[in-house]
Amino acid sequence: MEEFAALIDALVYTRSRNEKLRLIAEYLRATPDPDRGWALAALADGLDFPAVKSSTIRNLLKDRVDPVLWTLSRDFVGDTAETASLLWPSPDREPDPPSVSESVDLLSAMSRKSVVAELPRLLDRLDAAGRYALLKLATGGMRIGVSSRLAKTAFAQAFAVSVDEVEEYWHGLEPPYTALFDWAAKGQPPPDIDNLPTFRPFMLAHPLEETVVDLGDYAAEWKWDGIRVQIVHAGWETRIYSRSGDDISSTFPELLDVLPFPAVLDGELLVRGSTQGGEEGGAASFNALQQRLGRKTVSKKMLREFPAFVRLYDVLLLDGEDQRERPWTDRRTTLEKLMGRLPDSHFDISRVVEARDFDHLAQIREGSRDDEIEGLMLKRKDSPYISGRRVGYWYKWKRDPLLVDCVLMYAQRGSGKRSSFFSDYTFGCWDGDPDQGADLLPVGKAYSGFTDEELKKIDRHVRQNTVNRFGPVRETERKLVFEVAFDSVHASKRHKSGLAMRFPRIHRIRWDKPPHEADRIDALRALIRD
Amino acid sequence: MSAAPFSWIKPEPWGIHVVAADCWVDPSRAVDKALVTHGHADHARGGHGQTVATPETLAIMELRYRTGAEDDAGEIPHQAVPVEYGETIRLPGGVDATYIPAGHVLGSAQILLEHAGERVIVTGDYKRRADPTCPAFEVTPCDIFITEATFGLPVFCHPPIAEEMAKLLDRLAAHPDRCVLVGAYALGKAQRVIAELRAAGHRQPIYLHGAMEKMCRLYEEHGVDLGELRLVADHSKEDMRGHVVVCPPSALNDRWSRRLPEPITAMASGWMRVRQRARQRNVELPLVISDHADWGELTRTIEEVDAQENWITHGREDALLRWCQLHQRRARALALVGYEDEDD
Repeated sequence: MEEFAALIDALVYTRSRNEKLRLIAEYLRATPDPDRGWALAALADGLDFPAVKSSTIRNLLKDRVDPVLWTLSRDFVGDTAETASLLWPSPDREPDPPSVSESVDLLSAMSRKSVVAELPRLLDRLDAAGRYALLKLATGGMRIGVSSRLAKTAFAQAFAVSVDEVEEYWHGLEPPYTALFDWAAKGQPPPDIDNLPTFRPFMLAHPLEETVVDLGDYAAEWKWDGIRVQIVHAGWETRIYSRSGDDISSTFPELLDVLPFPAVLDGELLVRGSTQGGEEGGAASFNALQQRLGRKTVSKKMLREFPAFVRLYDVLLLDGEDQRERPWTDRRTTLEKLMGRLPDSHFDISRVVEARDFDHLAQIREGSRDDEIEGLMLKRKDSPYISGRRVGYWYKWKRDPLLVDCVLMYAQRGSGKRSSFFSDYTFGCWDGDPDQGADLLPVGKAYSGFTDEELKKIDRHVRQNTVNRFGPVRETERKLVFEVAFDSVHASKRHKSGLAMRFPRIHRIRWDKPPHEADRIDALRALIRD
Repeated sequence: MSAAPFSWIKPEPWGIHVVAADCWVDPSRAVDKALVTHGHADHARGGHGQTVATPETLAIMELRYRTGAEDDAGEIPHQAVPVEYGETIRLPGGVDATYIPAGHVLGSAQILLEHAGERVIVTGDYKRRADPTCPAFEVTPCDIFITEATFGLPVFCHPPIAEEMAKLLDRLAAHPDRCVLVGAYALGKAQRVIAELRAAGHRQPIYLHGAMEKMCRLYEEHGVDLGELRLVADHSKEDMRGHVVVCPPSALNDRWSRRLPEPITAMASGWMRVRQRARQRNVELPLVISDHADWGELTRTIEEVDAQENWITHGREDALLRWCQLHQRRARALALVGYEDEDD
């Protein structure tokens, strides 16, 4: 655990991507199995121990430190594991650090009941840096500036293999990835995943921004506002994966027996409904789809009211043949032919948007205000299907956002890189004429869209204009106006304002604008489309 | 008419008002008469009619506020009143002020105010660790103890400075082709880091950002030995390989640092105890070195001073207030404005 703790600390303080890669690669080469596999899994996926959660750690600490002092410390540090590692009373005896795999074994064996006695025993064997590493490993989500992709790239570098190949095998294997090390580090044959319904990495798009493309080289499709999914059928089993590779099959049981042949398909998961903004038999708004998300079990009523289907974009594997090297145009032809073999109750194809030229396409994009459309996709006709985001192949061209002027009402401390800064803002619009005594009602929350410099300025504003404190939340004097950008707005019973914004972010900070000139809720309500 | 206890002293948002003597302690706006604890800009602002402080603090203020060319025209006549450590001066209205070492930076003092048999101490900023650049904090009994709380959270525990120096020197030795660039507050922290490097046996020249030079010279004039100091501006990249360079924290990620040989960015600050704070500053080598009391020192000091009442200023008042409550000590938080704690 000392080496792993040293690695984590070094990574925390390293800015350079190359240096991070070097540090991880060096660790992976120097560390024996299965320690290195567990460490790699912790960096790339985050491990999961059912008995050890942030709340477990919180409770352990509250038995040892005054709860108020704990909360104040946690709010300042912005990270439960780090706060706990700093506040944990150092034991009198010498540290006796367990190895990574011993730690994993001990953590896996803990139950909700035994964790209360066993986790402290483990923590007492470590120093502060070791405690930090252990708690990070135990609670998943390291948040140390290492993405899953970076960890895999480091693995590829350590053993001189291709990162795309690593990605391909990754999802068919499980921590501590022994087969992966056997292949890359010890020269054994690669893991066999052909008959497994595993996730293949998605191809992603860059924002178009200032670029203009030639429609001779690029095809346009709508960018549908659902969730991007991969539907995989292999070894007599169908699975559905989200963009991050999470298995969400159980959330959409109606899709598990409709793909009758081995394939890996890329598409947008949507729910049907003409009443929620879509055309007849077509897709409903994201708001409707949201009713279906995040559920482990689905009621019959849900299935009836919000039936899911997949609007297909691409084909990666078909009948045992890898399609990914072929150009988009060829894959598209294959996909179109494939539609005849799929039930149209649960599948359709994302149609190509025809335009004379780029200007015409821009007009079409402006004209589309339908709720289930987020914008346009531009795909290079000769592009292979490559994992990740490559410049020049695929672009996303989102609709211009809607804008509204709101007033800052509450601010909360952020976490991670923004710990101790007030970086999460709740803002409101006027419920009537402010000059006639109307009040502000909260309409949304945002924590992005501003620079680090602006964050510091807003943070100072919050500290100097606090009128009330509720734990980590400050109520501020209502005098700062934000121009908020958002993709759409929907009716919602959960909020007092009756509204829910989609993707709100701070567009501009209007230091100059008096708060009574901010928008009224009516203006926002007029933008509801469902 | 007998006045209520302690009615002669009143905390206001911009400083502690000694009502009976009509003067202020560390006011954040210009006043006729100011008692200043130490030379940091948030405590010692310019423009007062009269400033009462230790000779070292006055020298620091002189350097900061009088040497700038722009200050010359239309200057209000300024009167500096020096008070040595341990010396008591009589203020109008029957108030006595005694300056006692605070152990924070050169010249830093706690100010003991006495009136009608009542004793109040304003600590300014302080620490309890040994510091080769200034005399140590002295525990002094009083009725009201007005303490800072910059690091007033139990997560703050500054490690022994020798450990941090060893970290710095190890890193330097491991990269003989690079330099270690240490961001350190220009008044106090920088000189302490240099003096501690000397104490750890580091005899090599240390390179300075131009903004550090005058303050280092002032320390030397007051008897603090800093060894051989060189200015970055006078030297080439080659000269600085394998050496320590000290700069103000604001210069750490500035264009200025491009003239250095692949600097390893370090920062000497108590905030470095929290990883994310170090990350926010893009620091590769965090050095947990502070001129403020950490949590253990703050609580120990409150116990040792054992005042009837503790007033807590600028910092994390909430947590120290809570600690006082848990330990049956009377305490209140003062909402003073204008104190910055960013760079310590």
